[in-house]
Amino acid sequence: MEALFRNVRELVERAEKEQKLISEIMIEQEMLMTDRSREDIMTQMDRNLTVMEEAVEKGLKGVHSVSGLTGGDAVLLQAYRAKGNTLSGDLLLDAVSKAVATNEVNAAMGTICATPTAGSAGVVPGTLFAVQNKLNPTREQMIRYLFTAGAFGFVVANNASISGAAGGCQAEVGSAAGMASAAIIEMAGGTPQQSSEAFAITMKNMLGLVCDPVAGLVEVPCVKRNAMGAANAVVAADMALAGVTSRIPCDEVIGAMFEIGQSMPSALRETAKGGLAATPTGKWLESKIFGGAVVGSGQ
Amino acid sequence: MKFKSVFDIIGPVMIGPSSSHTAGAARIGRVARDLFGRQPDWAKVHLYGSFAETYKGHSTDVAIIGGLLDYDTFDERIKTSFEEAEKVGMSFEFIPEIGHVDHPNTARIVIGDKDSEMSMMGISIGGGKIEITELNGFPLRLSGNHPAILVVHEDRSGCIANVANCLYKYDINIGHMEVSRKEKGHMALMVIEVDQNVDREVMDELRKLPNITQVTRIAD
Repeated sequence: MEALFRNVRELVERAEKEQKLISEIMIEQEMLMTDRSREDIMTQMDRNLTVMEEAVEKGLKGVHSVSGLTGGDAVLLQAYRAKGNTLSGDLLLDAVSKAVATNEVNAAMGTICATPTAGSAGVVPGTLFAVQNKLNPTREQMIRYLFTAGAFGFVVANNASISGAAGGCQAEVGSAAGMASAAIIEMAGGTPQQSSEAFAITMKNMLGLVCDPVAGLVEVPCVKRNAMGAANAVVAADMALAGVTSRIPCDEVIGAMFEIGQSMPSALRETAKGGLAATPTGKWLESKIFGGAVVGSGQ
Repeated sequence: MKFKSVFDIIGPVMIGPSSSHTAGAARIGRVARDLFGRQPDWAKVHLYGSFAETYKGHSTDVAIIGGLLDYDTFDERIKTSFEEAEKVGMSFEFIPEIGHVDHPNTARIVIGDKDSEMSMMGISIGGGKIEITELNGFPLRLSGNHPAILVVHEDRSGCIANVANCLYKYDINIGHMEVSRKEKGHMALMVIEVDQNVDREVMDELRKLPNITQVTRIAD
């Protein structure tokens, strides 16, 4: 089965030519590729959206991981935001806190929806539920947000990578942030081309980001990288809506991300051997959490 | 294209913390269980690359055992799979390996009971998506996303035609097919991805065909 688009250029061209939203192209492609009805596909995405809502809700009440490395920051951020005196702005901090909330739930082995991965699951819902308060979308528009994000993620997954072990954090949180940025544009009434610019601007600022989880846990620095991924996405969306464009086309930025991932040493690709994982404190935390205890053999 | 569905990107719904190291690992375990066809009594799991380095932190071990117990990625019981395994009497062991493998997230699962044993290699390629790359020493490529039939057979002419004819008789369409063998004239393996789940009746008929050693299926 031939896909309706293989890269961002084809995606944008098709959307412009047929005068459709990017989310619509993604829905049509899903119907074509998986031979399922529109209703079926929309219902499944609606369920995923519900999982995201529940995860944020749970995280904002406060959760803590088994290791004790993460948890509770979403609560701090919301309390700070409620005072109404934030420096970076209400919407931005709302997105950040909700991204953090999702990833804190993930770290605590709660139920989340991977977007595109679990380690980067905070960015897309975090931005969505913050922008929601500003743009007042319908439920369908919120579901469409996920399809637009999915369309860009689909291109990255097939042409580069969404795996931290293969391409570093740029492939996970970098992709998630780009996806979120492109989706914000559609919800805010921007053009498909502006979605492409927003993705490119976001991804350019995530290039080179390594995957160096302390003790191999999806916690430090993953939770805070989701926070910054969300912030990056919102700011880049504003830049694109203002008319700023990327000098390097979106697909070439994705290509660069792939190349950078390929040349990244293994120590910086989810092996917990380099970067922050290899700092004295990172090492100390690892030994404190796992000690000499044997894990993994039953009976 | 490796990723065909938007739900490979926005999804799966899963128990944290890692799509590749937790959800993907659970799926690899579950496909192994599917291929074995029943609850194994024991499991030896060899982990490579990033799986070997970080499996404790990502609960990769807990997830693989959950998969071997037939739990889906969002099944809350994954969290307590070690205890659940003990309840059903499945012993298990994890062996981190230092050898080089093609993909950083690789697991070799060897499972068995008093009747037989099976070895399977799976890779987790990101976002919870997996591929099965080896079964009992046969290289193969199986996504686990579609129902599939695996046929172990003697490397003789007519085997493939017989199997294809049988599927045709039941109006089962073949989406993807691969045949591999270790040595000419000896044992061979057919991997057939199909569009719908295959009934027991079809499986039984396939088993009766000449030179067919074993037939297993993976349900959707």
